Amino acid sequence: MNARSRRRKGGGLIRAVVVIVVLIALAWLATLVFRGGGGNASASAPAPNDDLIKQGEYVARLGDCAACHTAPGGKPFAGGLPIASPVGTIYSTNITPDPTTGIGHYTYGQFERAVRRGIDAEGHTLYPAMPYPSYAKASDQDIQALYAYLMHKVAPVEQVNHAEGIPWPLSMRWPLTYWRWLFAPKVSTVETAATGDAALARGQYLVEGLGHCGACHTPRAFTLQEKALTPTDGTDYLSGGANDNWVAPSLRGELASGLGSVNEEDIVALLKNGRSERSAVFGGMGEVIEHSTRHMSDEDLAAIAHFLKTLPPARQENAITYDEATRKALTSGNVGATGAQLYVDNCATCHRTDGHGYGEVFPALAGNPVLNGPSADSAIRLVLHGGTMPVGRDAPAQFSMPAFRDRLSDQQIAEILTFVRASWGNRGDEVRAPDVSRLRDLPPTGHPLMTGYDPRAAMPAAKP
Amino acid sequence: MIRMKPVDVVIVGFGWTGAIMGMELTEAGLNVLALERGTYRDTSPDFTYPHNADELAYGIRGDLFQPLAKETITIRHALTETAVPYRQYGSFLLGNNVGGAGIHWNGQHYRPSPEDLVFESHNRQRYGSKFMPDDMQIQDYGVTYDELEPFLDQFEYLCGTSGRAGNLNGEIKEGGNPFEGARKREYPNPPVADNYGAKLFADAARSRGYKPFPQPSSNASRPYTNPHGVRLGPCNLCGYCERFGCFMYSKASPQTTILPVLMRKPNFTLRTQSHVTRINLDNTGKRATGVTYIDAQGQQVEQPADLVIVAAFQMHNVRLMLLSGIGTPYDPNTGKGVIGKNYAYQMMSNVTVFYDKDVAINPFIGAGSGGNQIIDEFNSDHFDHGPHGFIGGGYILGGQTGGRPIQQLLLPPGTPGWGEKWKRAAKDSYLHTTGVQSHGSVMAYRDRYLDLDPTYKDSFGLPLLRLTFDWHDNEYKMTRFLTDRAQEIADAMKPRQTSQTIRKAGDHYDVRQYQTTHTTGGVIQGASPETSALNRFQQSWNVHNVFVTGASAFPQNLGYNPTGLIGGLTYMSTKAIRETYLKNPGPLVQA
Repeated sequence: MNARSRRRKGGGLIRAVVVIVVLIALAWLATLVFRGGGGNASASAPAPNDDLIKQGEYVARLGDCAACHTAPGGKPFAGGLPIASPVGTIYSTNITPDPTTGIGHYTYGQFERAVRRGIDAEGHTLYPAMPYPSYAKASDQDIQALYAYLMHKVAPVEQVNHAEGIPWPLSMRWPLTYWRWLFAPKVSTVETAATGDAALARGQYLVEGLGHCGACHTPRAFTLQEKALTPTDGTDYLSGGANDNWVAPSLRGELASGLGSVNEEDIVALLKNGRSERSAVFGGMGEVIEHSTRHMSDEDLAAIAHFLKTLPPARQENAITYDEATRKALTSGNVGATGAQLYVDNCATCHRTDGHGYGEVFPALAGNPVLNGPSADSAIRLVLHGGTMPVGRDAPAQFSMPAFRDRLSDQQIAEILTFVRASWGNRGDEVRAPDVSRLRDLPPTGHPLMTGYDPRAAMPAAKP
Repeated sequence: MIRMKPVDVVIVGFGWTGAIMGMELTEAGLNVLALERGTYRDTSPDFTYPHNADELAYGIRGDLFQPLAKETITIRHALTETAVPYRQYGSFLLGNNVGGAGIHWNGQHYRPSPEDLVFESHNRQRYGSKFMPDDMQIQDYGVTYDELEPFLDQFEYLCGTSGRAGNLNGEIKEGGNPFEGARKREYPNPPVADNYGAKLFADAARSRGYKPFPQPSSNASRPYTNPHGVRLGPCNLCGYCERFGCFMYSKASPQTTILPVLMRKPNFTLRTQSHVTRINLDNTGKRATGVTYIDAQGQQVEQPADLVIVAAFQMHNVRLMLLSGIGTPYDPNTGKGVIGKNYAYQMMSNVTVFYDKDVAINPFIGAGSGGNQIIDEFNSDHFDHGPHGFIGGGYILGGQTGGRPIQQLLLPPGTPGWGEKWKRAAKDSYLHTTGVQSHGSVMAYRDRYLDLDPTYKDSFGLPLLRLTFDWHDNEYKMTRFLTDRAQEIADAMKPRQTSQTIRKAGDHYDVRQYQTTHTTGGVIQGASPETSALNRFQQSWNVHNVFVTGASAFPQNLGYNPTGLIGGLTYMSTKAIRETYLKNPGPLVQA
């Protein structure tokens, strides 16, 4: 190979690089020129009044704003909560009315664009950790109320936003604009199929919009957008997702792994108190209950349950029929099944040999949708790191499941969960040791073994 | 000295009565601060399964108890002796940290018999003054059973107590305690199911004409939601109750009944590692201005408060009153003075019942209180004491609270302490042994009291509390009588063999032997400032804004476990504070 041909080859590479750089620059320029998103950044809000502010406080609960915009031990709405994302850690922002570090300088129009369209006052596209594709469904009235509340009721906190922990080039924001162009829906209130059923319409509005249930409960595509934002997008909607290695089970009508066998009353109980006669909430949903759903009115909770129960199953399943065989075997001393002895030694004291647990204290394992779903990750995390029920509206006691991380090996935990997922009629798949190993060293979220009022929970979490 | 912002109420000690006071007084809108010298703890992560069932840590080493190296009690048998420090747990177990002894109790939840509250006048009336020895100085509480009933009820419904009424509005009910005072309604929960030893005991007791009933138990027999909305779990008879925290959320404690609500109240603050050393008085000496405590860094802190609730363990209440100079210290030579007066304890005996291998007791099935059977024929004044020459008595219990391998491994008499024969006896006996116990009262006497020790000091340089105590004849007679009855029932249980543990006449009080933690008196309540430290509302006769809760108020000790009565008296006090005292602070009873 001579020098000329080397140069020619080198010249080709340079040309390619130049072309790519130019294309990227054009793409970048395009996001500056065609920002899109709609809305009117200079729009102003109606004059605030007490009713509007009160409504806004409720809207903030419905939207669960505080869950992300308040850091543990931090001032309300001052941001700073680290949120893990596939590209690195991002931090929630200060949405108190502080004029320099918060959103005090936001016009109503700028606020509306941020919440429903994902565009901040400077024109940058927000990370979609902010669920603006869902909030896009919220009504003008609710957004105006939310603005009134945040601007006039929340105490301003001077706290500079935390720099994002995302390395360059992923830290460049403008590519997010393309994501927004591709995946964010247009701003419009929920289109409901409900005719004449006000509760159903309200339920759908809350679930799709402010409640942003799909953010966790709808599976996401490779490009991270929710595969469906509304029932008419198909049965992917609310068919089960994941968040922070917790399984967010299907909220559709699957008879074993969804809500098909859970009645509306129990759904309301779970949202209101984090527990029902047979179930309990652990993991990420606990925060949703503490910060959001337990503050909802009974009518709104009933509406949510009513709407969820209209979603047909994404997968056809038979209902779980309770099978006496497990109880009979265990109570007669037959622990021959894999994991049975471990279950009796470690679990049966609370969840009982009949798998029914104790109502509103220790949840039933028999027929539990979480144990009949495709992924055992939630159950594995719970056994490894333990968990504590959220505080409910009418249920101040917070019961904890202990952590078995230091007591049981991956193999033992896999055997227990395999046993639990196949007993009393349950039909979950086998759990293998590597499934447990993968989650063993995850840092536990917060203080999984402490109640919310434990003064020690205000101290930094111990490393696992 | 650091000076903190004033509060409406400061509570010294955050166990059962501190938590009740905190709840009731925050409900009244007051700004309440609880000072606890120990640390915070809760069911999770502190008592979780299986770590809670560590007998070596909790049963033997006493990890839940007050560390005696920092502060203890000195003990002597008689006025002429020099007291020495109680350096290792035996006789009684002092609570520590948030929840206090309410964490490691068994949940045996009794009401007093009506006559227990008017014990002096009742016995004098029935048997005459001469029936009682000269140096016995029993007294009335200044409260009657009927007055106290609503508050005893309130505490039971807080705890989710499990049992069966024996006297419902005066009607005697089959299967309950026919000797109890009338209760207005049933227990909040049905009894815990009997363990097998208890069943054998109850059958034998019935065959002898007694009326056995399930022990009233604050080990909830089923999940229960109390009036504060706090839910308790069900007892599963795991056998790790006494000396242990409950992992099932079943044993009533401040943590399982009150704290989930109280800790979230904006007008309540808990400050741990805050050791109160003194109640401060104004220059008249008639009004408290707050307390002084030592914080975690060893700094002295002054906490001003309008109302001071002394809610520490019985002995610590007495010591704090003495250290603060409230009320006249008791003088055993003259019988005058009130602080430290009428210390009392309880006296137990045991009959261990050994069966052959055909009777499976399975003692690991046990609970601190639930699942055992009781007879109450020989308690309080349920029988004619005339022929027997003593007053008081106790209940007799059948069954077992667990089968812990170290402390509850019962072996037949004559078994060597170690080696091959010990091993064989342990193996042969473990599954086939149960027990019958008597749980008896101890009266108050002129020479049995508490004061500040002249020799020994705690880690802050303050004098330790000194206990002067030994048994008197009345109690030797009481325990002999009860133990004979217990033995008769044990024999009727048709065992292979029995063995007996009893304190015989002449035996000294032995601090190495565990009996009960039910130490009482020292800041007693009563009808007159001449004879008691507190009025019937547990308010200091001398300093009207000081209330002293707990068993320090008992004028003598009854045959029952004290917690039910402690809770009832505390609730009665909270009602008087809320409804009368706050409107017009001053003495609730004119001296």
